[in-house]
Amino acid sequence: MIRPHSEAEVCEALARANSPLAVIGGGTRAIGDMQGEILDTTGLTGITHYEPAALSLVVRAGTALDEITALLSPQRQRLGFEPPELGALLGRKGRSTIGGVAASNASGPRKVQLGSARDAMLGVRFVDGRGTAIASGGRVMKNVTGYDVVKLMAGSHGTLGVLTEISLKVQSIPEAEATLQLEGLDDTAGLATLRHALGSAYDISGAARQGGRSYIRLEGMAGSVAYRVEKLRQGRDCTLCEGAQSAAIWQGIRDAALLHGRRGDIWRLSILPSDAAVIVAAIVAKTRADLLRDVVYDWAGGLVWLLLAQGADQVVRAHVAGRGAAIKLRGAGAAPFAPQSRDVARLSHGLKAQFDPLGRLPPLHFGPSTEEK
Amino acid sequence: MEMPRPNFDLLAKRAEIAARLRAVLPKDSVIDDPAQTRVYECDGLSAYRCAPLAVVLPRSTQEVCDTLRICHEMGVPVVPRGAGTSLSGGAMPSADSVVLGVARMTEVLHCDFENRYIHVQAGRTNLAVTGAVEDRGFFYAPDPSSQLACAIGGNIAMNSGGAHCLKYGVTTNNLLGVTLVQMDGTILTLGGPFGDGFGLDLLGVVCGSEGQLGVVTEAWLRILPKPEGARPVLVAFDSSEVAGACVADIIRAGILPVAIEFMDRLCIRACEDFAHAGYPDCEALLIIEVEGAPDEIDEQLARIRAIAARHSPLAFTQARDDAQAKRIWLGRKSAFGAMGQLGDYMCLDGTIPVSSLSYVLGQIAALSTAYGLPVGNVFHAGDGNMHPLILYDANKDGDLAKVESLGADILRLCVHVGGCLSGEHGVGIEKRDLMPVQFTAADLEAQMRIKDVFDPKWLLNPAKVFPLSASAARRGEA
Repeated sequence: MIRPHSEAEVCEALARANSPLAVIGGGTRAIGDMQGEILDTTGLTGITHYEPAALSLVVRAGTALDEITALLSPQRQRLGFEPPELGALLGRKGRSTIGGVAASNASGPRKVQLGSARDAMLGVRFVDGRGTAIASGGRVMKNVTGYDVVKLMAGSHGTLGVLTEISLKVQSIPEAEATLQLEGLDDTAGLATLRHALGSAYDISGAARQGGRSYIRLEGMAGSVAYRVEKLRQGRDCTLCEGAQSAAIWQGIRDAALLHGRRGDIWRLSILPSDAAVIVAAIVAKTRADLLRDVVYDWAGGLVWLLLAQGADQVVRAHVAGRGAAIKLRGAGAAPFAPQSRDVARLSHGLKAQFDPLGRLPPLHFGPSTEEK
Repeated sequence: MEMPRPNFDLLAKRAEIAARLRAVLPKDSVIDDPAQTRVYECDGLSAYRCAPLAVVLPRSTQEVCDTLRICHEMGVPVVPRGAGTSLSGGAMPSADSVVLGVARMTEVLHCDFENRYIHVQAGRTNLAVTGAVEDRGFFYAPDPSSQLACAIGGNIAMNSGGAHCLKYGVTTNNLLGVTLVQMDGTILTLGGPFGDGFGLDLLGVVCGSEGQLGVVTEAWLRILPKPEGARPVLVAFDSSEVAGACVADIIRAGILPVAIEFMDRLCIRACEDFAHAGYPDCEALLIIEVEGAPDEIDEQLARIRAIAARHSPLAFTQARDDAQAKRIWLGRKSAFGAMGQLGDYMCLDGTIPVSSLSYVLGQIAALSTAYGLPVGNVFHAGDGNMHPLILYDANKDGDLAKVESLGADILRLCVHVGGCLSGEHGVGIEKRDLMPVQFTAADLEAQMRIKDVFDPKWLLNPAKVFPLSASAARRGEA
């Protein structure tokens, strides 16, 4: 195992490597098997810059997520994209790092309001497969100087480079939050309610469904939250959860806690919200009745966490094909990703060859579909 | 401004190139009469001009593909063009290039209100995207000042911002997917209306690549429900430094206005003469806009007023009605036009950390005095995106060179305090040769390698973004 403590040491490690390295932060959210000697990034820690009045944070990539929370909280700020902690879901023990969050573009329920991790990432420093340190972006919110390599690195899972430093836009924590909890609706109606809420003027910061309940979150100044709660409730019978109680609900949804510690395969679907109920119903209808063990819908159905019995791969792929993406996060038996279209795969592999010509970084998880090769 | 020497072989082949294009495209789609190609000799950076070999105005993705395939085969550089409003020369042609304009591709292909997106052709104007959805209570958030004219394709190429991106982000944060045609004619879809996909974020790197990676012909854009209401206030100060400090305090207090705009005296006067919005006579003016229901607006404005009060403002004026609110924004959005009444100007676009506002304004004033050229400031203060406007006389010998030099000094200052060369206008030709101020050779090499993958022959908008010396070998220059 290599555990560099500086960007220069990362450069050195990559320049010296002669086989692919497994780049790992806390090890809580890697997809698929990691092979090769481990390059552990948890030695790259520390806050480079934090300026609350500019909503600007620059941290080294191995810094633990909980340390960042501890730094921001006293200033009443946070990472607005609400990165999930996936350790419990995927059965991993480590301590999540910001580098892992960035490398997997991990975003929570507030994506419907503020966007993904990649939208909060203003700059990165990384070391490519040649062992060269490269910077892109910066620490200001508006920056169109040169190509947006930051976006390319977000979600690239270490395949193009090892992130060493990340610049983020942080969010001020609103003074109040409240969650409307609606019961007595089936999935079709319950998800339609969420889509309807997101189409309203009331600035929803969470729209999720699990265990037969739909949840709508509102955040902001206390008076404004109260006003919007009344507008959305429309005289309907629903439970109102506020403050810490509301926060706990969304932490559970963020981490798909409903599925923790249960046997089966974990799938993550990224689809159109209005397709969610239909696709899930179709997956269940086409297979054994006991296939679906549970489901968490986030982003009004745009994100679906499925706990399925083993052996559902073909069914899931068939129903998601052409309508979004399905990734198997936990479970054996199949590649975690479906193949990409030929031309997109060609560009992706072209970039891989430019940034990592000698194959010292983890391989791309996805290739062109075999019939197109 | 240095431009590469045109390829004389291509200049000699003008008729042949036009004939090849006419063979596959509708007749009225190809323009090669020098009297007509002249219309395309520049974009919004009108100080630099050069007519192209020919102009192609396709109506479909397939026609874009056909055009690119022919140019690729003949080795002709292609300069993609939206509406030609670029302020950095992003759409400026070279003499040996074909301009590919998407202005005729203006269709709305699909509106999906339930999933909150719109699918449009790339030539549709920014404002017409909102126009297609506003009767259902939605809007498209990025709002560059040129939104009446500028095309979505150009917005994507430049990752355009606007006044309201403090809350809503810039183009990349509101772009879900594109249809892209590569230089060799390959048509592909990147992203799409459904959330986060998987694989490398190619869409993310195409957005803001200044037309160098491919030509965007269609786009899926996020649309947002309109808030119940919005109201701007004007806050006047007797110094720019104090106005800057007030901005930092508002953001630090956790209030998130949708926009905080700044103007200095020179701009205030020009805009007031132009729009009659009731701007007070002062050294520095903030336009702060908040959104929500009437009570929410009142509460936010009360908090902003309390913060502003600590900085002893000269005036704190709320828009009386919608008409005045509109005039306040008309004044701001017309700022560049209004300043144009005072003379020729060069508009810069550096971004700085909000905390450096006062320092940078002071330094710009000192540079302005040293060069003997007046500089007006109008910018998006909430996100630190400055727009210093350097006034000069284009007919005066040596003035343009002096302006370029002052502009470069101001942009170096922006980078020096932790900012960047361009916040929303793009690099184009204008800031191309300053790139090494912000990036190392390795940083630029990494970016150029991305272009190598998408456009191995470097035919798409080749003489932009990168310093000419850095890209020379790739562009086939000895």
